[in-house]
Amino acid sequence: MTDKIAVKSAEDVAAAFGEAVQPDSRPGYAGYIVRPERLVAFAQALRDEAGYDFLTSVTGVDYLPEGKMEVVYHTFRTSGGQVLAYKVQVPRDDARVPTLYPIYPGVDLQEREAWDLLGIRFEGHPDLRRVLTWEGFYGHPLRKDWHEPYFEEEGKPFKNRWPDGRVYRIEDKVPYHHNVQFPPDFSIEGWVPEGDAAVYAGLGKVEGGNGDGHGLETDQVVVNLGPQHPSTHGVFRMVVSLDGETITGLKPVMGYLHRNHEKIGERNTYLMNMPFTDRLDYFSSMSNNFGYALAVEKLMGIKPPERAEYIRVMMAELTRLSNHLAAIGFLLNDLGAYFTPVLYALAERELIIDVFEAVSGSRMMCNYFRFGGLARDLPEGTLERVRELVFERLPRSIDELDRYLTDNEIVRVRGIDVGVLTAEKAIAYSAVGPVLRASGVPYDIRKADPYSIYDRLDFDVAVRYNGDVYDRYLVRMDEMRQSVRILQQVVKDIPGGEIQTGKAPYQVRVPAGEAYGRVDGPKGELGYYVVSNGKPNPWRYHVRAPSFINLTALSELCRGNKVADCVVILGSIDIVLGEVDR
Amino acid sequence: MGENESNEFNSPGYDIPDELQAQVAVTTLDRIYNWGRRSSVWPMLFGLACCAIEMVCTAASRFDLARFGMEIMRPSPRQTDLMIVSGTVTKKMVPQIVRLYNQMPEPKYVLAMGACASGGGPFKEGYTVVSGVDQFIPVDVYVPGCPPTPQALLHGLIAVQKKVDTESLRQVRWYRKQASEPIPIPLLGPDLIDPRNPPRPQASQPAPVAEQA
Repeated sequence: MTDKIAVKSAEDVAAAFGEAVQPDSRPGYAGYIVRPERLVAFAQALRDEAGYDFLTSVTGVDYLPEGKMEVVYHTFRTSGGQVLAYKVQVPRDDARVPTLYPIYPGVDLQEREAWDLLGIRFEGHPDLRRVLTWEGFYGHPLRKDWHEPYFEEEGKPFKNRWPDGRVYRIEDKVPYHHNVQFPPDFSIEGWVPEGDAAVYAGLGKVEGGNGDGHGLETDQVVVNLGPQHPSTHGVFRMVVSLDGETITGLKPVMGYLHRNHEKIGERNTYLMNMPFTDRLDYFSSMSNNFGYALAVEKLMGIKPPERAEYIRVMMAELTRLSNHLAAIGFLLNDLGAYFTPVLYALAERELIIDVFEAVSGSRMMCNYFRFGGLARDLPEGTLERVRELVFERLPRSIDELDRYLTDNEIVRVRGIDVGVLTAEKAIAYSAVGPVLRASGVPYDIRKADPYSIYDRLDFDVAVRYNGDVYDRYLVRMDEMRQSVRILQQVVKDIPGGEIQTGKAPYQVRVPAGEAYGRVDGPKGELGYYVVSNGKPNPWRYHVRAPSFINLTALSELCRGNKVADCVVILGSIDIVLGEVDR
Repeated sequence: MGENESNEFNSPGYDIPDELQAQVAVTTLDRIYNWGRRSSVWPMLFGLACCAIEMVCTAASRFDLARFGMEIMRPSPRQTDLMIVSGTVTKKMVPQIVRLYNQMPEPKYVLAMGACASGGGPFKEGYTVVSGVDQFIPVDVYVPGCPPTPQALLHGLIAVQKKVDTESLRQVRWYRKQASEPIPIPLLGPDLIDPRNPPRPQASQPAPVAEQA
């Protein structure tokens, strides 16, 4: 957060750079295009003079027809306001961009992802390795000229499926009859797998052996926590170097659940992507749908009717409750209370996902939102069920969890002053959601840059100031209470009416342009960056995943703590691998 | 033993006197061997993706797994009987899955939960997704769904129990004379390499990068 009261506007900062920074004048686009050599200076000026202290998303777009690779940066002010986008364009064949790591350390994992998937080299990055695929993987998958082994056509619906409907098995048409492809000259004779040498390289020995001066000759041990481990929240691996029980270095390794969401997203039509967004953060599918619907509605220029907005907010807040219940349960599981708090939390969560099942047909993968509204209206009795939950059951069960857990001796001793993230570090590392708010930054998109009907609802932003594990737990408790408060207003004021603007088309035609739609999901800011070129399929579809970016702070948080604490810190960040790996 | 248990085991062909009904059961070795194993199947706490959450909900209090003897979910493969592969199998994870399967002691079973583990699921066309875990490890029961409801998973687990009931000591693979081979661990090269079927360099193989139209 900046101490300056009077800040320049982005236009003034851009004007000071003259020719190097031009407004993006392509139809449907906004923001600035910056020349690569002035990128670092521009980013620094935006942060220091215009107050844009939070860089939220770094991603790349492959513009094959123009021969350019574009890196898009999204930034905003923590004091509130809309998102500003600026871009850098480099030639495809030699894509090199200076890194913004010295200014915003939070770009670490995102730049590695852009290198991995698109082949954009970030010069000056401390550790540019692949993150979602593995070292030695052939090619950069998100490039437009890189085709996957099961490639059929550039965009769905595939001509042989619709309208002719001739079914065949793709395995029969592919050279290896499996989902693999190799470089033409690859031979297994004499080939040695690369393995994990690059991961272990950075975790060297600390000079001078043990630092505690007890005069003992000890060794540093490198331990792999995961991907199969009782307390990782999915298939996530942490490579830690230990001095006794204390962590001296930590490197996260992810990609064990990389399901090619973005590449499949480019093949799908816009509506086909909606069920895939369910599977990103699989605890909160309604929230994921919400972000994607907002992004595409921005491109299409439509807004849903009133009743749809109210139902959307109701579903989003119920999702937040169900996610926080599960998160608190699993955090307590990591603290050692094994399964009992999980059972209490999941009992309440089951009542909430019963509502989701009534409304959308599925407990978890709801696929309920559409562009311009919702798939179907609430069935009979659902509103009464939600009313009973929100006014009777949920406030009591949140109080019950609070009574059991908050003043518990073990939770307090293991949570207070463990994994402290200061406010400046949280902003620098692009941490979002409860992690950011527990560090003392009261930034909530629902208040700072409201979407849907949140500007009409009366609620507070939950914030705590110590930034440790205990505060992140307390922030989630507070957010649950605020969600109940929002739900009570929504259930009282929900109007009648239709739930879809116009007729719901099967295949939407989206005008050319770009849009960044974001929601404050239970894990943080979930953003969707969609680039359209007028075709039925997106040109580029990127998900700004809060869990992935919150993990950039993990090694910083765990250093100096014990091994048992690093599991708890990971639990307090609350990651879900579907989002981390996409 | 009560009336029910003795009915489950007994096929005696002769009557047990009434005063001994509570103390004597006559059964076959196969039946009691299978009964012990099927009533305490210990799944491995091995959740890959979204299906893992439904697995956790099945183990929670509403769709209790404990009534089937399955509430002991250990993360260590050495202490489990059943590997529930719940979630998408990606190429990066396959070496660990095969390693875990090899480390499980016999008798071991595999349940492929969900569409992704059965055959790739909605992500089948992806470049890092394996079209089903049965390409690497033998699967006993497939449970379709995306994700399967807890009721469906329970149905699948009961199917595993029924499969265990049909086994016979004379024919189970872990009591054979020759030791069973562990499955070779796949390698991560330019793409996933299965040592049982390594890629042969072919001049006629089409290049993976498509021609510019």
